[in-house]
Amino acid sequence: MLEIKNLHVKLEEEDKVILRGVDLKIGPGEVHAIMGPNGSGKSTLSYVLSGRDGYEVTEGSATLDGQELLEMEPEERAAAGLFLAFQYPVEIPGVGNMTFLRTAVNAQRKARGEEELSAGDFLKIVREKAKTLKIDAEMLKRPVNVGFSGGEKKRNEILQMAMLEPRMCILDETDSGLDVDAMKLVSDGVNALRDGKRSFLVITHYQRLLDHIKPDVVHIMAGGRIVRTGGPDLALEVEQNGYADILNEVG
Amino acid sequence: MALPKAKEDALAARLAALPAVEGKGWLAAARSEALARLSAMGLPGRRDEYWRYTDPASLNAPEAPVARRFDASDEAAPFDGIDRVRLVFVDGVFDAAASDDPALAGVTIERLAEAGRRDIHWAQGLYGVLEARGQTPVARPFAALNTGFASDGVLIHVTGRAAKPVSLVYVHEAETSDAILHHCVKLDPGAELTLLENGPAAARFSKVLEVEVAEGARFHHIRLQGRDHERRAVTHIFARLGAGAEFRSFTLTANGRLTRNEAVVELAGAEARAHVAGAAVGDGDFHHDDTVFITHAAEACESRQVFKKVLMNGAVGVFQGKILVKPGAQKTDGYQISQSLLLDEDSQFLAKPELEIYADDVKCSHGSTSGAIDETALFYLQSRGVPRRTAQALLVLAFLAEAIDEVADETIAEDIRARLERWLARHGSRG
Ligand SMILES: Nc1ncnc2c1ncn2[C@@H]1O[C@H](COP(=O)(O)OP(=O)(O)O)[C@@H](O)[C@H]1O
Ligand SMILES: [Mg+2]
Repeated sequence: MLEIKNLHVKLEEEDKVILRGVDLKIGPGEVHAIMGPNGSGKSTLSYVLSGRDGYEVTEGSATLDGQELLEMEPEERAAAGLFLAFQYPVEIPGVGNMTFLRTAVNAQRKARGEEELSAGDFLKIVREKAKTLKIDAEMLKRPVNVGFSGGEKKRNEILQMAMLEPRMCILDETDSGLDVDAMKLVSDGVNALRDGKRSFLVITHYQRLLDHIKPDVVHIMAGGRIVRTGGPDLALEVEQNGYADILNEVG
Repeated sequence: MALPKAKEDALAARLAALPAVEGKGWLAAARSEALARLSAMGLPGRRDEYWRYTDPASLNAPEAPVARRFDASDEAAPFDGIDRVRLVFVDGVFDAAASDDPALAGVTIERLAEAGRRDIHWAQGLYGVLEARGQTPVARPFAALNTGFASDGVLIHVTGRAAKPVSLVYVHEAETSDAILHHCVKLDPGAELTLLENGPAAARFSKVLEVEVAEGARFHHIRLQGRDHERRAVTHIFARLGAGAEFRSFTLTANGRLTRNEAVVELAGAEARAHVAGAAVGDGDFHHDDTVFITHAAEACESRQVFKKVLMNGAVGVFQGKILVKPGAQKTDGYQISQSLLLDEDSQFLAKPELEIYADDVKCSHGSTSGAIDETALFYLQSRGVPRRTAQALLVLAFLAEAIDEVADETIAEDIRARLERWLARHGSRG
């Protein structure tokens, strides 16, 4: 599914290196978690994969089912099946949430040579999916993320993911700012999308999200590298001892 | 006070090139008064306070600069599906054969060229009158020139609720046409009218619209200035509102080498409401100037100015907007926003927002911004699979939304959005 090889990234405008050789391979249906201290480069990895401006890849590659992602426009990556749930979802005044969702769904269908959804069909699907995420009609009408609470923004990200049905989902700190109930809603939303083929890369600070979304593999990122990889137990180890031991060990 | 020699010469040259206008009686009197006003102020120059951002040279020139007509037949004409009374002017000349019979219950419509031959007419109390009132404190020479030399126009007297809109269609044919039209609309108490205007009109177009909105009357105005790239236009709206009256004016401008749209509105009766709005999109050789002056002269009136511009490839946008609250105009609610979205670094927006308030119980706000498109929002949309161009169009329309929302008729608003979407698709900026 997703294969990242020796990825080196620096800021475009400054001589600041952020990723220093990331290797990662995620198979179909797998759930991988990336944990790591603040500033270790987790969000940068997710942005570089989805094609945000401002970063320069100096070495390495990232492929989705063999297709080189790094040469595509962000919208092409999305159409190829990549999705990023943002750590900080963006507010777009003046664009209704519903218009946004419909434009996105139909743009991807068009890019894949599929027919656009009729207004009626689209509405039916959105309403159904919104309901399970406890997103009410009012939130669908409001401008994208404007005036949404932190939890509402995160649920809105999951709604987009559910509507777009990507094959490779990256979730960047989707748990941050969520209370226990919201965490459960979001996790249920994610788990509902697990179908044995769709893959997930879950970026998080805390083990608690991983109680709900059970990872197959856990990576620890530090200083722009993946410094350790293990099973679900690795997350528990971090939870108990913090990152210090691992970082010391790596040097 | 005598004009400086250069100004005097410029005016003389301009006047000498104007065709003689016929007219006796009331109209002749109004014209000569206008000419006297114009002679006292002269034509505008770059040093005049309200002409610093816009060069009047091509409007001052004795001959209209050449402007090729633009073929806009790839899209339906504006207001196509709307039941309306169409009055067509080709290069400023009324085209009876192309126009509808101007019969409309509760409304009398006459041509200025005909009404002007009579000894007395109701329009005497309006033609040039609001224009003259609007000359202080800011001189508006092109409006006086228009009053003095308009060759035609329509005089509309509304006594009831008009069953359908009156629609003025301006066709541009000749490359050097120089049209001067002057319209007057008088709404009796409680009367209602929607006036639609569309089309580029001429290579150079001067237009004045004077509107008297009596107590409780409502006047809605929607204007689409056509898609010609090379045309030039200087237009004025002078409106005076009685108690509880409503005035709404929206203008869409796409293209045009030079556009100066002035609106001068006086809220003269309590609880009157005036909304003046505009959306302008320009690519390249485009200079668009909205100059607005709203006077609150009575209590508890509301005014809104909403002007949005999208500029690319060196296009220039200007906004000069003023709210004047006179002594005694308590409980005034004034709002003014002017914003530009600059799609590249070559384009520019010049704004001069002004408030002048002589009452103490007043709520007035104004804001002016210019900025680039929100790259973060653009990336967010793209990351959801929306192509960059579509994403950009979506954000541009979102930016223009507040101005378009001023169009009360939802069918027309939808049509305007669709026109803008197509414009953006045609002009889709780089990147
Ligand atoms: N656009 C940027 N401009 C400046 N610094 C950046 C930018 N993006 C990331 N960084 C820096 O790169 C490092 C990694 O950041 P980030 O990827 O957000 O880490 P994480 O998500 O793991 O907390 C930090 O030091 C951060 O300040
Ligand atoms: Mg982060």
